[in-house]
Amino acid sequence: MTKVDAPIVLEAKGVTKRFPGVLANDRIDLKLRQGEILALLGENGAGKSTLMNILYGLYHPDEGEIWIKGEHLQLGSPRDAIARGVGMVHQHFQLVPVMTVAENVMLGAEVTRAGGRLDRREAARRVRALSDKYGLRVDPSAVVEDLPVGTLQRVEIIKALYRHADILILDEPTAVLTPQEANDLFRIMHDLTEQGVSIIFITHKLKEVLAVADRIGVLRGGRMVGTTTPAEATEASLAEMMVGRKVILQVEKSAAHPGRPVLQVENLTVRDERNHVMVADVSLEVRAGEILGIAGVQGNGQRELVEALTGLRPIESGRILVEGQEYTSASPRQITEMGVAHIPEDREKHGLVMAYSIADNMVLNQYYQSPYASGPVLDQDKIEDHGRLLVKEYDVRTPSIFTLARNLSGGNKQKVIVAREFSRPVKLLIANQPTRGIDVGSIEFVHKQIVAQRDRGVAVLLVSAELDEVLSVSDRVAVMFDGRIVKTLPIAEATRERLGMLMAGSEA
Amino acid sequence: METTISPPRIRTWLNDFGISAVIAVVVIVAIFWGYVTSPQVTTAVLASTLRQSTPLVLGALCGLMGERSGIINIGIEGQMLLAAFIGFLANVYTGNLLLAVLAGVLTGAIMGALLAFMSVTLKMDQIIAGTVINILAFGLTGYYYQQGLTTQGKLLPISLGPLAEIPLIGPVLFRNPPITFATLILIFVIHYVLFYTRWGLRTRAVGEHPSAADTVGINVYFVRYTNVIIGGAIAGLAGAYLTLEAVGSFERAMTNGRGFVALAVMIFGKWTPLGSWGAALLFGLTTALQTQLQFGGRLAIPHQFIGMLPYVLTIVVLAGFVGRARPPAAIGQPYETE
Repeated sequence: MTKVDAPIVLEAKGVTKRFPGVLANDRIDLKLRQGEILALLGENGAGKSTLMNILYGLYHPDEGEIWIKGEHLQLGSPRDAIARGVGMVHQHFQLVPVMTVAENVMLGAEVTRAGGRLDRREAARRVRALSDKYGLRVDPSAVVEDLPVGTLQRVEIIKALYRHADILILDEPTAVLTPQEANDLFRIMHDLTEQGVSIIFITHKLKEVLAVADRIGVLRGGRMVGTTTPAEATEASLAEMMVGRKVILQVEKSAAHPGRPVLQVENLTVRDERNHVMVADVSLEVRAGEILGIAGVQGNGQRELVEALTGLRPIESGRILVEGQEYTSASPRQITEMGVAHIPEDREKHGLVMAYSIADNMVLNQYYQSPYASGPVLDQDKIEDHGRLLVKEYDVRTPSIFTLARNLSGGNKQKVIVAREFSRPVKLLIANQPTRGIDVGSIEFVHKQIVAQRDRGVAVLLVSAELDEVLSVSDRVAVMFDGRIVKTLPIAEATRERLGMLMAGSEA
Repeated sequence: METTISPPRIRTWLNDFGISAVIAVVVIVAIFWGYVTSPQVTTAVLASTLRQSTPLVLGALCGLMGERSGIINIGIEGQMLLAAFIGFLANVYTGNLLLAVLAGVLTGAIMGALLAFMSVTLKMDQIIAGTVINILAFGLTGYYYQQGLTTQGKLLPISLGPLAEIPLIGPVLFRNPPITFATLILIFVIHYVLFYTRWGLRTRAVGEHPSAADTVGINVYFVRYTNVIIGGAIAGLAGAYLTLEAVGSFERAMTNGRGFVALAVMIFGKWTPLGSWGAALLFGLTTALQTQLQFGGRLAIPHQFIGMLPYVLTIVVLAGFVGRARPPAAIGQPYETE
């Protein structure tokens, strides 16, 4: 049976959902056939998550109908969706860290013996049966917090299958995976569809969509702007559908002309809160006018490395030099004043003060200096002028400079940080996940700015878990695994496959 | 391949409770030595230990029911106090002890419902919500308290036949009034419920990661309400114990900080009923020793210093000197359903 005329298992008709001030879903129609992989593509804020939460019963649509296997449904809660065979793997894993795999899998649908006693043995047996049937390797007795993310994803899938789900919704499942783990996942998805499971696969990664989907639906601004198939679409055409205009996916840059060394790190070792060594004896060098990309799966010490370099985390041993000057135990302010700019990983926690206006956020790195302050008194006019100038220059989409940072979209928040960090002369830029979770249009903008800084002679250290980003922006690539730099390659020698192997810890 | 999975294994148990095990061994050796040298005093001290530990372990059970589901309860003191008072009044005016105990338990449950309403539905800061409970209880009991009332009778010890004749253990464990027996049973029941039943698994999931529970269709609010109300009822039982079983009358602020010490007991017991029982016994022992030493009059230390013992122990525990304790991850955070 071809997938084209397989029965429709799930259908949304004219689904509309409003939040205060936002039309999140606008008359969306969607059909899912049995055994197919439907990719749902869209920028952040396009309404993908809202739609999925409606299909899973977490939200109620304001208008429209949901049909599952020919039945018109009013989904009151996830329980109703689960009962109809809908399973969801959330972007942020919904697993209890201190419990075992089997306990997590059976939670909410427990197997019990007489007297209400949990039957952990039977639960483990069922987990093993599912893992054998679908090739999902997991140990039911392992404690979730000890498992790597790739395994957690398999646990989430088993959790859905355990509830007899035959419609799976995967929300950005590859965001936290290595390329190898992602390929593993695609194989699993394929096996599942062979056995009659239907999958909705949400993502904003164009390559993945083309590789695994049977059909592709594109959402923009809460509306379904089109459906297509991998055979008919290209990355460029999909990006254009997503953003609504032509997008340059390839970062345009000339060859680098590295100058004197700006950042030198020698034998750096850093521990985390739990006293584990997260950065082990790392040495690296970044020269003026070049971009050193650090590739690696999240949690391999990148965060601790950046925090140590920016003075946010104490150093166990080793040295850090900027332009030959030692700043091993300098405070964040001293580091800032030496001409180091920092785009932090978590923009809401470390990048912005959410309750401050845009204008105030844009002077966080120099508010205490002239011309923004004289003595203890701030010069509001200067701060506002500065804000207006940057909002214009960096194209921050906001009603005014007095808008609070928390009310901006992810991409605009990122632009505020980039604007602030680039609004003064810097020698070194440390950018950690600078485009995480922002839309294609903003990604293009941020990449352009980073390359522009490089061309002005700034040394750039770019940390990213996105392999595509590292490959397209960097001049050299260092791969971090288990706290060590396992290899540094010139960009010409760095291929996806090679980096993927290195990121997974095997020498290429 | 057959792997079985079970809750705490021996090795993790040793990791978690190693220090407690050492303390327990020391205490047991001391008791044995005490029994050899002066059996009567030792029996008296141990019986007193159990009596002192009863309201503490009940308070700790109340606290951990709440915290395991994600709600911090610092209103245990107030729940106990008001329950003690209402239970006392019920007995004074009806003369019925069973009715009085039920009145106390019900009062505790209502106070639990109030805490749950403030913390879960109103999403108030849970420390403030607990403080409201405490102030309310102190205010109400202080205002309506009348001097000179006494209960009509007290809950009296029951001997469990031949078991009560075993030397040392018999009089300590098997000759006790009803609430003390009920407490001993309750400790094991709650331990079983928490770690071996569906309800317990759901409760712990809600306390650790409420949205994980929500996405598999568990009603987070319902689980939290239920646990906090049951916890309140248990605190109510502790209150009833104070007026109806231990003292036989009511005094202003008679809980005397037990609700707060119960929190220390819960933490020392690593949020487990059995651990809390051990911790409560240790606290009870310090109080019993303190009484014994004061009346014995053989010590040259001013009695105020001996009186400090249980509180010093509380400070030491709460300051984190005793082992690594990991509270449920989601405590104190109101849950917002999407």
